[in-house]
Amino acid sequence: MNIIEKLKLAELKGRGGAGFPTYLKWESVLNAKAPKKYIICNAAEGELDLKKDKYILENYLKDVLFGIEIALKTIDNSLAYLYLNKEYYSLIKNKIDNPKIILIEEDNGYIGGEESTAINVIEGKAPEPRKRPPYVSEKGLFGMPTLVNNVETFYYVSKIEKGEYDKERFYMIVGENIKGGVYELKEDMTIREILKQTNNYLEEPFYVQSGGGSCGEILVEEEFDKPVCGEGFIRVISYKEDPYKIMEKWATFLMEGNCDKCTPCREGTYRILEMVQNKNLKGMEEIFSVLEKTSFCALGRGIPTSFRSLINKVILK
Amino acid sequence: MINIEIDGKKIQTEEGKTILEIAKENNINIPSLCYHEDTFAKEGCRLCLIEIEGKKGLHTSCGTYAEEGMVIKTNSKEILETRKTNLKLIFAQHVEKCNECIWNNRCKMLNYAKEWGLCISEWEDRKKNYPKYSFGDVITYDSSKCINCFNCVEICKNQGIGFLEVKKDGAFHKIFPSQDKNKDCVYCGQCVVHCPSGTFSPVNPTLEIEEEIRKGKHVVFQFAPAIRASIGEEFNMDYGSIVIEQMIAGIKKLGAKKVFDVSVGADLVTIEEANELIERITKKENLPMFTSCCPAWVKFVEFYKPELIPNLTEVKSPQILLGGLIKTYYAKKENIDPKDIVVVSVMPCTSKKYEIKREELQVDGLRCVDYVLTTHELAAMFIKHKIDISKIKGEDKDELLGFSSSAGVIFGSSGGVAEAATRTACFKLLNKKLDKIDFKEFRGSKSIKEATIEIEGVKIRVAVVYGLKNAKEIIENNLDQFDYIEVMSCPYGCVGGGGQPVPTNKKIREKRSQGLYQIDEKAEIRIADENPIVQNIYKEFLTNKEIINKIAYTKFSQKQKEN
Ligand code: SF4
Ligand code: SF4
Ligand code: SF4
Ligand code: FES
Repeated sequence: MNIIEKLKLAELKGRGGAGFPTYLKWESVLNAKAPKKYIICNAAEGELDLKKDKYILENYLKDVLFGIEIALKTIDNSLAYLYLNKEYYSLIKNKIDNPKIILIEEDNGYIGGEESTAINVIEGKAPEPRKRPPYVSEKGLFGMPTLVNNVETFYYVSKIEKGEYDKERFYMIVGENIKGGVYELKEDMTIREILKQTNNYLEEPFYVQSGGGSCGEILVEEEFDKPVCGEGFIRVISYKEDPYKIMEKWATFLMEGNCDKCTPCREGTYRILEMVQNKNLKGMEEIFSVLEKTSFCALGRGIPTSFRSLINKVILK
Repeated sequence: MINIEIDGKKIQTEEGKTILEIAKENNINIPSLCYHEDTFAKEGCRLCLIEIEGKKGLHTSCGTYAEEGMVIKTNSKEILETRKTNLKLIFAQHVEKCNECIWNNRCKMLNYAKEWGLCISEWEDRKKNYPKYSFGDVITYDSSKCINCFNCVEICKNQGIGFLEVKKDGAFHKIFPSQDKNKDCVYCGQCVVHCPSGTFSPVNPTLEIEEEIRKGKHVVFQFAPAIRASIGEEFNMDYGSIVIEQMIAGIKKLGAKKVFDVSVGADLVTIEEANELIERITKKENLPMFTSCCPAWVKFVEFYKPELIPNLTEVKSPQILLGGLIKTYYAKKENIDPKDIVVVSVMPCTSKKYEIKREELQVDGLRCVDYVLTTHELAAMFIKHKIDISKIKGEDKDELLGFSSSAGVIFGSSGGVAEAATRTACFKLLNKKLDKIDFKEFRGSKSIKEATIEIEGVKIRVAVVYGLKNAKEIIENNLDQFDYIEVMSCPYGCVGGGGQPVPTNKKIREKRSQGLYQIDEKAEIRIADENPIVQNIYKEFLTNKEIINKIAYTKFSQKQKEN
């Protein structure tokens, strides 16, 4: 059985947040007709407080590289880029000796991790997202079909190749009143199960942010029986914490980490921060509406989720 | 051909066009701000939103190409509402300084705000403390007005200059003048006319000029060839309308004593430049010879390609030459102390503001030109003084330096200098009236045009270029294939200059250029040498080498970074 069949059978989904079936990406790059193809391992992990790929690079670098090598072997005439944020770059820069894996260092905040932005950065262009279509699997790096997977995905590719995969994923749990950490557990576990099993279930009343550190949705107790989506991130938040401080942190992070290309995201995040600081939520929905409906890329379109759920489920409750 | 539908209107159109373009052609108004047809669609402002049947969400019309069968809506409730919020957000970053803005009276942003009933000051301006920069005291860059479309950055790069750079500073990307010691602004002003929010503006001498008039100085205006084909736009006349007499009357109303035509200077430049060209070709010296009437191009050579300084023609530019004559020839005739004369040029150009400050151009210790107003600035002065040149009665030009050949008029369009000089060179070499006056090979919208002219066995290989990046291309690749190269920095030459009215685009520049060539078509005197005024000046004043040198010739030198 070839790797693509194995990936399909294992039902592996991309672990960068979008959750797209991995085998489909591989298949479309493999089948595309082009003189040259590229593989990008995205290690620019940029979401707020998320460090799960760092953990994997620190502990399982060999497996990740093996995953990339499988891709290099599977896709003819290919070359791989390992695309790292500054911190991760310095972590592993002396540990790679495969000439077909080229290291790229980037320093562009949250937007730097978006896959078409990664391609722009590697090409030496402005760190901004590209419009799709064309999809990067058809026309990506230097106009060639490009396979972009994140660190965790490549790690599991190697596990699948070795027959060691049993539907696990990595979770990162953070919170002011818990120990937290990175854990490898089954992918269908619920939030409640995960927190209990890892001893991160607070005794006092709390809610969580699930998926991503700035963009993940807020879930309250009644919703803890759902699995974690997105990037496998859980923030445990006590009701004693000031929700405005949390939003301020998100807004600052997003305002600093976006690409500034489009009006709703560049100006909207600034106004959200201003409103949060003034504890005046009156104009928020208007900004959310343009973010959701008119932002250039998915980052901007996804911004309202966390704010809106925190406001509706916690502040206005 | 494909068929689409916009707001219920069935439209047949060619493939490869965006919805915004098609809408415009069909008089369907889709608001847009960041899109300029001279640049890539960056899709940043998010005003030009549309809905496409069968596709989820809202899309930009500037970034969506029409496809067969598309059904488009441009004015659903959702579109109108999100557009409004986005415009409000744009106003909330941009500091409004409308009174001094080149978009004043024709600002899209303000018009939309009025139309949509927006409160533009709901939020405090994010950029209120953003700084101002000055480029050579010619162009001001007021970063508090920027709305982040980055068109200026692209335009400056397309000029081959790349002086404007985007850098992240704190949480935001901003535009900075380059610190690179190998890069400097050439004052072309293309950033000025391509910015949707008036962030760049020419340094405006209106108040100083008004003060000179008030003090009773002998103020003389001279207007450049290209002005006559564009100033009407500021008074809602059609693109390419020719306005001369009414503009002169307007200038007189402002208090000018005399109004002269820089095209007369252009005729003199043509004659001297043709002489120099013939001489260089015969001696095979410093070829190819470049024109030097565009100061942005001259600065480009002096800063970026100093090794080519000997290739620039040493003839002064028309405004400087005529300004020099005003302060000598005219002063003597009228018996006025040159120190009491104030010469104001009206130019389609920002770099002309830089040129007048060059010390090497002075005559008898005086600047030949004291102030340069752009086309837009003159129009703004008219408006301020309640002079509507589309309505007032015209006045004739002042005779002494008022009438030019039409060769001096086409100077305002790319190819015009080369054509004028070629006419004169032929005239000189053949020593008789010409059968062929039109050199159409130098005309048209292409950015690089080439032709070989043969007269009496003398071959002149000519190139006509606009855009400094294109000039760079010729310099770096095939310099030795030419004897004479006309370079203008701005698209289509001066008609597309950085001091011209906004908006500017391909169609508008073409119309202005056509206006100038129509004058040429109808003119009786079409060769500089046949202009009686010019003949007279040579008879009465420019009678020997020494005086010709003093008035008409200069030298250039390598420039260091100024900004
Ligand atoms: S662009 Fe100019 S005219 Fe328009 S709102 Fe801004 S300052 Fe006023
Ligand atoms: S200065 Fe003007 S052209 Fe340049 S980015 Fe700002 S708004 Fe756009
Ligand atoms: S004037 Fe010309 S060279 Fe200077 S910044 Fe503007 S576009 Fe660039
Ligand atoms: S004009 Fe289309 S997004 Fe600005």
